Amino acid sequence: MSQGIGAPVKRKEDKRFTTGKGKYTDDIRMENQAYAAFVRSPFAHARVRNIDTSAAMVMDGVIAIHNGAELTGDGIGNIICGWAITSKDGSPMNMGAWSALATEKTRYVGDAVAIVIAETKAQARAAAEAVDVDYEELPVAATIAAALADDAPQIHENAAGNIVYDWEIGERDATDKALANAAHVTEMDITNNRLSPNPMEPRSAIATFDEAEDHYTLYTTSQNPHVARLVLSAFYQVAPEHKLRVIAPDVGGGFGSKIYIYPEEIACLWASMKTNRSVKWTSDRTEAFLTDAHGRDHLTKARMGFDAEGRIVGFKVSTKANFGAYMSLFSSAVPTYLYATLLSGTYNIPNIYCEVLGVYTNTVPVDAYRGAGRPEASYLVERMMETAARELGKDPAELRNINFIREFPHQTPVIMNYDSGDFEGNMRQAMEAADWAGFAARKAESRARGKLRGIGMSCYIEACGIAPSAAVGSLGAGVGLWESAEVRMNPVGTIEVLTGSHSHGQGHETTFAQVVADRFGVPIDSVQIVHGDTDKVQFGMGTYGSRSGPVGMSAIVKALDKVEAKIRKLAAHLLEVSEADIVIEDAQAKVVGTNKSLAWHEIGLAAYTGHNLPEGMEPGLKEGAFYDPMNFTFPMGCFICEVEVDPQTGKTEIVSFVASDDFGTIINPMIVEGQVHGGIAQGVGQAMLEEVRYSEDGQQLSASYMDYAMPRADDLPNFEVLHHGTTCTTNPLGMKGCGEAGAIGTPPAVINAITSAIGNNDLNMPTTPAKVWAAINAARIAAE
Amino acid sequence: MDLIGSRTIAASTDVVWQAILSADVLQACVPGCTEMSGSPEDGFEATVVQKVGPVKATFKGVVTLSNMVPRTSLMLSGEGKGGAAGFARGGAKVHLEAEGSGTVLHYNVEAKVGGKLAQLGSRIIDGFARKMADQFFENLQKQIEGPSEGDGNETAKKGWFKKLVS
Repeated sequence: MSQGIGAPVKRKEDKRFTTGKGKYTDDIRMENQAYAAFVRSPFAHARVRNIDTSAAMVMDGVIAIHNGAELTGDGIGNIICGWAITSKDGSPMNMGAWSALATEKTRYVGDAVAIVIAETKAQARAAAEAVDVDYEELPVAATIAAALADDAPQIHENAAGNIVYDWEIGERDATDKALANAAHVTEMDITNNRLSPNPMEPRSAIATFDEAEDHYTLYTTSQNPHVARLVLSAFYQVAPEHKLRVIAPDVGGGFGSKIYIYPEEIACLWASMKTNRSVKWTSDRTEAFLTDAHGRDHLTKARMGFDAEGRIVGFKVSTKANFGAYMSLFSSAVPTYLYATLLSGTYNIPNIYCEVLGVYTNTVPVDAYRGAGRPEASYLVERMMETAARELGKDPAELRNINFIREFPHQTPVIMNYDSGDFEGNMRQAMEAADWAGFAARKAESRARGKLRGIGMSCYIEACGIAPSAAVGSLGAGVGLWESAEVRMNPVGTIEVLTGSHSHGQGHETTFAQVVADRFGVPIDSVQIVHGDTDKVQFGMGTYGSRSGPVGMSAIVKALDKVEAKIRKLAAHLLEVSEADIVIEDAQAKVVGTNKSLAWHEIGLAAYTGHNLPEGMEPGLKEGAFYDPMNFTFPMGCFICEVEVDPQTGKTEIVSFVASDDFGTIINPMIVEGQVHGGIAQGVGQAMLEEVRYSEDGQQLSASYMDYAMPRADDLPNFEVLHHGTTCTTNPLGMKGCGEAGAIGTPPAVINAITSAIGNNDLNMPTTPAKVWAAINAARIAAE
Repeated sequence: MDLIGSRTIAASTDVVWQAILSADVLQACVPGCTEMSGSPEDGFEATVVQKVGPVKATFKGVVTLSNMVPRTSLMLSGEGKGGAAGFARGGAKVHLEAEGSGTVLHYNVEAKVGGKLAQLGSRIIDGFARKMADQFFENLQKQIEGPSEGDGNETAKKGWFKKLVS
């Protein structure tokens, strides 16, 4: 069976993952390892008056306790946000100072004020509890509304009114005019609920300082070890890049939350130098709720105008985005360039205007979480479309269909230029699989049993394969978003591929090897994917934004092109034919039309012995490439969700879920289906179960799995996952990316279904039974 | 969260007032209180051991009396730090009203928690605070009135007031 592109081969990495042999950061033990625990603020906003370590320092096993003043005194820099956003008035964003250990003030519950190093984990934790911090409590702003109130406490000195930025995109006047002349305007207030990312493996770090070499090594749970090294060196001044090795070994999920460089990694590196010990820290689950960057948390007012035929004439959006207490690494880009640029959805919208107010609150920093801005855009656009269809009395599929973009490339009014797609094709495929036409009969059957049945659709689109470096640079990004690869063929013919992408569950060790197998006909078992180590891989931008396929694999393709060219030249020389007569297949270099060939190991040996090379050819078979994408990619699809609601209890059951996606070229359909399953599960989680809740004084009330409801298997139906693909025109393999789609397309499909079932459109996520029950009864009372 | 309640105590407002100002009475009334020292003027230092849901902690803190209008009303506030468990804070506005020979004690209690107590125990804090408040005022009533009649050994179980006047 082929193991190349399109083959559903089983994942190579699953042998170690399913037998408990994965090697995660917490599995690593260093010779002279000590443990860190952090002293964290129990107050959401407080002045630190004094830190008394006297009782803690004399406890068993305590090696050292360090605070923020010492950390900044040693020249460790503040944590930065790497994407500069400019406000409407031309002013730069207001980035508040964020020290890895708080110095004067703590700004959210969990903000660390000191690091305790001890011989054992238990000793470190016990001593951290004994550190006596004298806090002066300050007034708290735990929500966007509280932070924007006239008498709100100021969280950062340089951010008046707690405003991060006041940004806009699109044409305000033209959009206002279009709405004023519209035959119908749909208006909605939409809340996008705050989520905690919850990767299975909590964050962890182990830092080692080598005094003799002035060299640091950091093992950490990172989605992008090279970016981690870059910011640790260039901004946090921990060590120069050549004196800092960052290794991200097996990582158990990230969903965005492991992109960022957090206070704990910085403090562990610094403490390893202070104590001359390896310093290890592993988050517990509540610590993860308190410190892992949260996602979403938008409040939006939107107006969408239609002409008499139902064609969209304008879309005006005003969003307030909660940033939490500090600006995390990519936080500024999420509610702007990853959100507002997707507000055209899959539709031809001539006029779009969006303004976004970024707001500091006394909560955990908010940053990218699976989808990052695009779920917020998709939820908004698809809730608006569904609501407009109900108001206009049109079939929601028909209203979408008359507005679909059909010609490509399509330039939207908000930067993005879609290269390809067949939006109606995906919708028709999903409608057929979901038996859209038979819904009325199913609804009647449910009604006969006393149940309410609803069906909902979403036709999402997202921008992936981030991103063209020059384009993102012009929008304020502090980095380029290319990817690198190196292909090394060994003398015996086995192949190592070094990639700057990072696998933390995506199956790169299999899919990347399939690209090589497809090119040369070698078995995937003879291809090793090397990633996650700054000493092995020269540089890379890591894995997020569904970029490892379209960008990471494109870099591999470019490196393979170079290796193949050299092999052809070498084989032609050895077989004494012209290069044009050489074909490479079945792990051989063959001469067309003859039975002459070179076996794979013969090619490798010839290259490495160098005994008989063409004139001017260097020995060896190793080529590298950097690939900078020429555009974003635009995966899209149509999801249809059908639900049944018990009006007595408000309990909702998803009875069917169909996904028809366009991911372009698919390397491994089994892995892609797995990605879609996981994404839908997270999307259902957002829609029906998950929400981070704060008390008004900034206490996080949902910091354990007793209170934060994760989706479980019995919350989910059997998904029907289909593919209707068009080829992406802007990368060599024609890939679009699939990692985030499920989480982006699902919430609006679910909410459209539930609101259709209960006959009340006024329903916010997550749709707990209590909320659904209240909405059913509110609708009933209003009708009476 | 606010809890409002009242309790009728078979003693004059003067007796009830004196009882509330006593460190011994307060110690006996605060559920889980193991130590209490100080005075109404300077405030009291207290140690309280409590289990809130999954979190058991020793809280060290202060109890202060303020807005005192003799025999009529006062504010009773407590604030404790429970180390890694976080903190707990509560206040009770107390208003005394004479009714015949007895006193109706009205209370309005507010409770707040933070840190681990909030993260793990928020669901049960309201119930917990209600229980704490009910116990406190029930204890206060017992302290003042003593056990109900015919309830065993008179001397040993005399209430605070009866001990005081006997």
